[in-house]
Amino acid sequence: MIPLDAVYALAGLLFMGVALAVGLDPGERRGMVRAGFYFLLAVSFLLGGQLGDAANGALVLGLVGLAASGALEGGKGEGDVRPDFQPAPAWKLFVPALTLPVVAMVASLVLPQVRIGGAPLLSPVAKSLPAMAGLALGVLAALALAMGLLRRPLTDPVQSARGLLQAVGWAALLPQLLAALGAVFALSGVGTAVSHLVATALPSPDRLSVVLVYCLGMALFTIVMGNAFAAFPVMTAGIGLPLIVGRFHGDPAVMGAIGMLSGFCGTLVTPMAANFNLVPAALLQLRDRYGVIRAQAPTAALLLAGNTALMYFLVFPKP
Amino acid sequence: MHAHGPDLWPLIGVGVLVAGFMVRLNPLAVVVAAAFSSGLAAGLAPLQVLAALGKAFNDNRYVSLIWLVTPVVGVLERAGLRDRAREAVARFRGPGGGAMTVGQLLLSYFMVRQVTAALGLTALGGQAQMVRPLIAPMAEAAGDAMADPRLTPDQRDLVRAHAAATDNVAVFFGEDIFIAFGSVLLIRGVLAGGGHEVSPLAISVWALPTAALALLIHGARLLALDRRLRRGGR
Repeated sequence: MIPLDAVYALAGLLFMGVALAVGLDPGERRGMVRAGFYFLLAVSFLLGGQLGDAANGALVLGLVGLAASGALEGGKGEGDVRPDFQPAPAWKLFVPALTLPVVAMVASLVLPQVRIGGAPLLSPVAKSLPAMAGLALGVLAALALAMGLLRRPLTDPVQSARGLLQAVGWAALLPQLLAALGAVFALSGVGTAVSHLVATALPSPDRLSVVLVYCLGMALFTIVMGNAFAAFPVMTAGIGLPLIVGRFHGDPAVMGAIGMLSGFCGTLVTPMAANFNLVPAALLQLRDRYGVIRAQAPTAALLLAGNTALMYFLVFPKP
Repeated sequence: MHAHGPDLWPLIGVGVLVAGFMVRLNPLAVVVAAAFSSGLAAGLAPLQVLAALGKAFNDNRYVSLIWLVTPVVGVLERAGLRDRAREAVARFRGPGGGAMTVGQLLLSYFMVRQVTAALGLTALGGQAQMVRPLIAPMAEAAGDAMADPRLTPDQRDLVRAHAAATDNVAVFFGEDIFIAFGSVLLIRGVLAGGGHEVSPLAISVWALPTAALALLIHGARLLALDRRLRRGGR
């Protein structure tokens, strides 16, 4: 059985390698502080499952402290491009590049079916495991292929990962931390408070206003929590089922489908959904951290209006 | 506690988050401050908040697994992947037989991404795997061919941002058509919890009108992006 911890350990080894590469490079300004950040990250991925909750919390404070001290600014970037640089033949680059998503996809579909001696290969407790194990296998396959075809030095994977990660800087940690914040918000009752506010915003309940409040509430709630999956159960139990389905006999399938997609419109405009909105801005080195959100906002607004109209016309039974 | 309804004090964390982001403090520190404000406002002890944050951080490690792609992407980029992607796009032809524009390129990617996501193949794309190494350099190359002489830095950022946005919009409004996608199963579970048994297929067909609308709206915006780039605007 492959537990999710094996995939985490792989990432832990990568972060440990980056910490060593940064710490051992005399050319890195404040290299030891910066290496400390990647070292703590490696500890979290290698040992986080064995540490207690409070110890993990202390780890978070350490990581955030190092990041907020500004020590991560100005690390060595992706390396300088030599003027005599000749790109490798196209096929040697495109074949490994496409191997990654293809292997990741096939593995995520096939691995859950694989059984060895009657026992499932993947540990069944973690629902996100097939996608993550697929990603890890895709990375390993693409890396093996790339190293074989391109004959790069063996230190190249870690050194180039270090270049990319340092270009992203502290933003690399933001998505995971925001996801954690979503959980703390939920524990603190932020969801209940928001749904209470949305419910009190409801004027006289008629068909149009319940659809408006449900669709806009899904988007608003998603903007706050960063995740439509967190918004859906609360809004549906609070407004969708009692009013749209219960009082006005709307079709639950239409309401659920279009309601969730209204939440996705909120996902497009919130920094809380950092993995979709802030990570690509960092990966693409946009000068505006919110550049991707700005590019998505008009589509999100028009589509939310469209979803609200679609639900209004489709959800209620024909007279 | 308030007699009139749920406690609204935990919302203070949302306020801290918004204010902190707006005055551009380090976002990691802002997130930790927001977690502590909401948790303390909800009556948790500081150590309880710390433990809750630590547990949630540990449970969400899978979010950071995306950085596993950096060695592959880095090795390929050091060997010239982005240069080759730029050259490849120069050979693509648009509908008029001319060089492919940014909008046409991204719209083609949008359609492939939306259809494959609808078939359950969401892993066949993504920001780190596809957009950064392939789609963004291709879109920039298409943009350079449209601009005179090249894209300005502002235009380049705009084209990159649209490459990322195209991937997001296409996958968000494609994946819900696939009956085994997580959100379809969540919708089914929540409705069943309220006493309404609905088949996954009944839910996924109602994702189709929105999917068509997303293609229309975002496609029109991508073609408008071409006009904006030709006018020289950012």
